Amino acid sequence: MESLSNRSKVVSNRKMNLWEKIYLPAVIIGLSVTIKHLFKKKVTIRFPEETRKFSDIYRGKHVLKRDDEGRERCTACGLCAIACPAEAIIMVAAERKPGEENLYREEKYAAIYEIDMIRCIFCGLCEEACPKEAIFLTKELVPSEYERERFKYGKDILLEPVDPGKRIDISKRQTKEVLEFKKDKSKRHNK
Amino acid sequence: MVKVTIDNISIEVEDGTMILEAARKIGGKIVPPAMCYYSKLKKTGGKCRTCLVKVAESSSRDPRPMPKLVASCSTPVQDGMVVQNITSKEVLDARKAIVEFLLINHPLDCPVCDQAGECDLQDLSFLHGVMATRYEEGRREYPAIDIGSYIKLHMNRCIHCYRCVFVADQLTDQRVHGMFYRSDSMEISTYIQNVVDNDFSGNVIDACPVGALTDRTFRFKSRVWFLKPIDAHRECNKCCGKVTAWMFGNEIYRITGRKDQWGEVEEFICNECRFERKEIKDWFIEGPRKIKRQSVISANKYEKLLKPNQK
Repeated sequence: MESLSNRSKVVSNRKMNLWEKIYLPAVIIGLSVTIKHLFKKKVTIRFPEETRKFSDIYRGKHVLKRDDEGRERCTACGLCAIACPAEAIIMVAAERKPGEENLYREEKYAAIYEIDMIRCIFCGLCEEACPKEAIFLTKELVPSEYERERFKYGKDILLEPVDPGKRIDISKRQTKEVLEFKKDKSKRHNK
Repeated sequence: MVKVTIDNISIEVEDGTMILEAARKIGGKIVPPAMCYYSKLKKTGGKCRTCLVKVAESSSRDPRPMPKLVASCSTPVQDGMVVQNITSKEVLDARKAIVEFLLINHPLDCPVCDQAGECDLQDLSFLHGVMATRYEEGRREYPAIDIGSYIKLHMNRCIHCYRCVFVADQLTDQRVHGMFYRSDSMEISTYIQNVVDNDFSGNVIDACPVGALTDRTFRFKSRVWFLKPIDAHRECNKCCGKVTAWMFGNEIYRITGRKDQWGEVEEFICNECRFERKEIKDWFIEGPRKIKRQSVISANKYEKLLKPNQK
């Protein structure tokens, strides 16, 4: 069959001459390529010690945000789960009991919230779908694990710490238009 | 029989038919939306004003237009009447304003509300509404109360359509809830924390166009679009026993009446079917319920559902 792309090389069984048979020139050419690269700028980095500079809007591990008073913003509305093209999000809602007002912002909250990090394709549609500004993607990476089960991240990993000093800043992920929109009280969806 | 023209489409209907019913016989986009009118109940309609239409010619005998927009759910047709719904900008503008009015006191807590996804007000505001509210004053707020062991009342979300009052009046022998006060402070409630426990009281949940009356046995269990609606029936000595079972895997999460394309139940069902039969062995499964493709309920259901006796 003729090649369709015309890019394949035709292999021949030609006998090598003496010059080619001693291999020495070929070795020298190969080594010179190697040695040249020693003086070039390195393209790799020593990963765990050094990290690359990430873009401000890099889409890595998710975070479930809390509001200013430390209450969970997520109300388990399910919009992230239905927006998710990889179907990586599972949630179970529960009703807030009297006395838990300092824990959950609204009368419904996510008792179980799980993202399967193997399924997740980090597209950021969950972040876009969220009406409560509860889920955001961060610059943090999802570390490798030995077991598949451990990639199911629950609320214990995803939820951001209550301590105001340890909060995860996501303001750079929001565009100017969004921040402007949030200033306008009449357009605000969230109390 | 009288001839009526709605949005340039003519149809012959019986004398005394309301404009809305005539439009529903034509079907399609020209049907005015209705929040309070419920064809299965008598005397409903005329309260929410979402079905306003313009009557360009009153009848063939008197072709003058009607001076104001009329509520199509409670205006009977006359011979030679010419009605404009979506062809009239005046009607669309008015409807947009009505949606804004309905949303003035609506809390917009759709992420929390169990009705989200099958809510008439949600659909209506998506179709006609504006994305922002101009209302800056505080919204009226009431605590959510339990009326009976099965029904939860969120007065915040109520739009005063009176459908639940008519359900209680016409399906049950004694109504124990109703409207209190007037105008802005009007609210649905029961007499001194009375419980609604009539056998057909659960139908107020289906009739409620918003999430004001919701099922306590389904409260926050799942979102409607994660569930698969399946037609099922059982032998019931109180009602027809024909329901839609909303399933998640092999579990029945909730039971509702079968809703037709106008969002009205085909037949009312009793509380035993609705609240107490949540085992799959209680029901004969008929097959998947057909849901409009545009509805969020039909999203993400690419698996074909088979009846148990099919292979």
